[in-house]
Amino acid sequence: MDQIQPQAPKAQTPAPPKAPPPRMPDECGVPDPIPLMHPLMRKNFGQWAWHDRPRPGVLRHVAKSGDTLWTVKAGTQRQMDVYTIRDLCDIVDKFGEGHMRFTTRSNIEIGVGDEKKVAPLIAKLEASGYPVGGTGNSVSMISHTQGWLHCDIPGTDASGVVKALMDELYEEFKKEEMPNRVKITTSCCQINCGGQGDISINVQHTKPPKINHDLVANVCERPAVIARCPVAAIRPALVNGKPSLEVDERKCICCGACYPPCPPMQINDPEHSKLAIWVGGKHSSTRSRPAFHKLVVAGLPNNPPRWPEVAEVVKTILYAYKENARPWERMNEWIDRIGWPRFFEMTNLPFTKFHIDDWRGARASLNASSHVHF
Amino acid sequence: MTQENPTKSGKPLPATPLLDQLESGPWPSFVTGLKRLAESEDKQYAPMMKDLLGQLEHSYQTRKGYWKGGTVGVRGYGAGIIPRFSEARDKFPASAEFHTFRVQPPAGMHYDTATMRKLCDIWEKYGSGLIAFHGQSGDIMFQGIKTDKVQPCFDELNEAGFDLGGAGAGVRTSMSCVGGARCEQSNYNEQKAHRMMINSLLEEMHRPALPYKFKFKFSGCANDCVNASHRSDFAVLGTWADDMQVDQDEFKKAVKQRGRKEIIDQVVNMCPTRALSLNDDDTLDIDNKSCVRCMHCINVLTKALKPGNVRGVTVLAGGKRSLKIGDLMGTVLVPFMRLETEEDYEKLVALGRKVLEFWAENALDHERLGEMIERIGMVSFLEGIDIEPDANMVVHPRTSSYVRLDGWDEEVAKWKARRAPKAPAADTGGKTIQAADTGGKTIQAAE
Repeated sequence: MDQIQPQAPKAQTPAPPKAPPPRMPDECGVPDPIPLMHPLMRKNFGQWAWHDRPRPGVLRHVAKSGDTLWTVKAGTQRQMDVYTIRDLCDIVDKFGEGHMRFTTRSNIEIGVGDEKKVAPLIAKLEASGYPVGGTGNSVSMISHTQGWLHCDIPGTDASGVVKALMDELYEEFKKEEMPNRVKITTSCCQINCGGQGDISINVQHTKPPKINHDLVANVCERPAVIARCPVAAIRPALVNGKPSLEVDERKCICCGACYPPCPPMQINDPEHSKLAIWVGGKHSSTRSRPAFHKLVVAGLPNNPPRWPEVAEVVKTILYAYKENARPWERMNEWIDRIGWPRFFEMTNLPFTKFHIDDWRGARASLNASSHVHF
Repeated sequence: MTQENPTKSGKPLPATPLLDQLESGPWPSFVTGLKRLAESEDKQYAPMMKDLLGQLEHSYQTRKGYWKGGTVGVRGYGAGIIPRFSEARDKFPASAEFHTFRVQPPAGMHYDTATMRKLCDIWEKYGSGLIAFHGQSGDIMFQGIKTDKVQPCFDELNEAGFDLGGAGAGVRTSMSCVGGARCEQSNYNEQKAHRMMINSLLEEMHRPALPYKFKFKFSGCANDCVNASHRSDFAVLGTWADDMQVDQDEFKKAVKQRGRKEIIDQVVNMCPTRALSLNDDDTLDIDNKSCVRCMHCINVLTKALKPGNVRGVTVLAGGKRSLKIGDLMGTVLVPFMRLETEEDYEKLVALGRKVLEFWAENALDHERLGEMIERIGMVSFLEGIDIEPDANMVVHPRTSSYVRLDGWDEEVAKWKARRAPKAPAADTGGKTIQAADTGGKTIQAAE
């Protein structure tokens, strides 16, 4: 790879020491999980026979050797202080067997080889405030991003939205009463770090960036910013005698892509950065192919600390799905069966001109048939 | 909400009326955790966390973020620390610098308590005491450290066996599912593939000089627990090439237990390729040639059904989110690759490297793999990395007649040559196994 050259010496080849050389990194990469995992996982690696779920929040895996591993799964706040982590470690040491892992959605999984330990472990986790659940056809922990706590370009908070919503969906996390698993995601900007979700809560800006022309020339690499725009709406301009950038506001789609490379092009707006809700995203290839989520509601206010307008729409969609989908239908598969007209009808959500796509490839999303729902 | 002497320990907690409302309710509260850190008067991070709480409350009040990037790093690396400088540093000086360490977790995210406690001890000494398990890219996110403590903190984390992850225009931290460690649906050693791939590309992670980010992800089956298909440029998904395993006695038991209607409605009729049928004697009839290894029936009947024995992976390329041309799913690049021997894993790593190198040489600035493929065309990409076309790569063949087809006869001849029987040794020892090779015969010959 010609253009990929080391920019610094590697740890393995330090310069001959005159003065004591500075410590160089040990480029050890991805740690080996084998010594860290539960001994039964190590022993039966790749040799598992079957599993079931004796109750919500508990998995039982049986190996070909006959060994049984019980996993208790609990929700966390993801953003954890060291006291919380040590508290969890104490629980794992006293009630578990010293090993844990985390899922993609920041749930903690504690393995034990002894069935007798399962009930006390659950009781201790629950008593300590960690809800046991998130398995099977439940609403799992909402995947979230960094938000106001730590991101440089957030339109809203992430941890707060998730905390507020999980309070509302707490019972659905602890039960397995959904038609299939429900994955909810949040994202604090339109880059959408949160990913696809059965229900996705994403920031949607509605006004073009406000440009601080005094700063652009010093802060932004202008050709790179121009190239970043998906609709070629940015061009160089001289403003008050200073080189800057201007935005063709009729073309601008308010995506915010110019903001990360050029912070003086402020896209976030306390009033006009809204929240939108998308449904039917699916990452897996299980049954149907993976699917992108689709816009259903926009214009919701960015209303901390509990975003009640968002919670209401999420619950409306979630409970329509819970009530009407057949077993094992994911959100998108349910809507594929009943049709979008019935989805909008059942949820009493408005269908507008903004729901008809006009991005590249949009024609493929039109109904090219005489199939109509009544 | 601001304090008179913000650096002095023992100053009061800032007033946080909005954040306080996130302490009620049953779900664990991150606000309570932040306050616990801010109130740890004996710890170096207490003043920092008080101001951090103050700034977060300020964000909640004004509905705006106040962090800016910058340049902070460790010796020898060009990535892995996410610099954060506060734009509200006048009001909240103690958290004016609040950088993040992206640290690669053990593959599969396994920990023992001793390791967890060690990570806490190190972060307590140098940082804020706030850690996310894990960020969206899979990193352990140690959030909140001052610039002058970054190097000593890294040295200690590094000596404990942990390394920084990716950021910027480089190879990013990867994720693998729990896989073979606990799941019977695992079709390869996800953790081995993850570690071999990423550990061979650390140069491109630690000193990034690529057109843009590049992500690998490893899931053991089509359930794709780490969301590889959409969230990575190079997605490795477990699958199998022979027939799925059926325990007919267990299946009959399930029919008896759940009833025929439930089995027909929830298993047979939900098969996406109509490959299942319920026999009159309550056994299951499987048309394995039509099965696409979607996992649905196996998910529902975990005792009766299992993946087959000729296990390996399907590789998808080009998944990404909106920026800049819109969302793209990864699409099939290699329909099946056996992953069993050390050599097989090395071939997967070689393929990853080849794709990465071709992309690095041909992508425009800030262009993801999927976007490059969209721009140059799938066929140019395949030719660039020496992979033959395969019908598994498309949902359906071309529908547009506006295409030049001179060279048709030569392509047909190539196809015929690929289909010609080969010596069994060449099949498994060859490059990547193409789908045409995986249809029963050659695979069984290799068995």
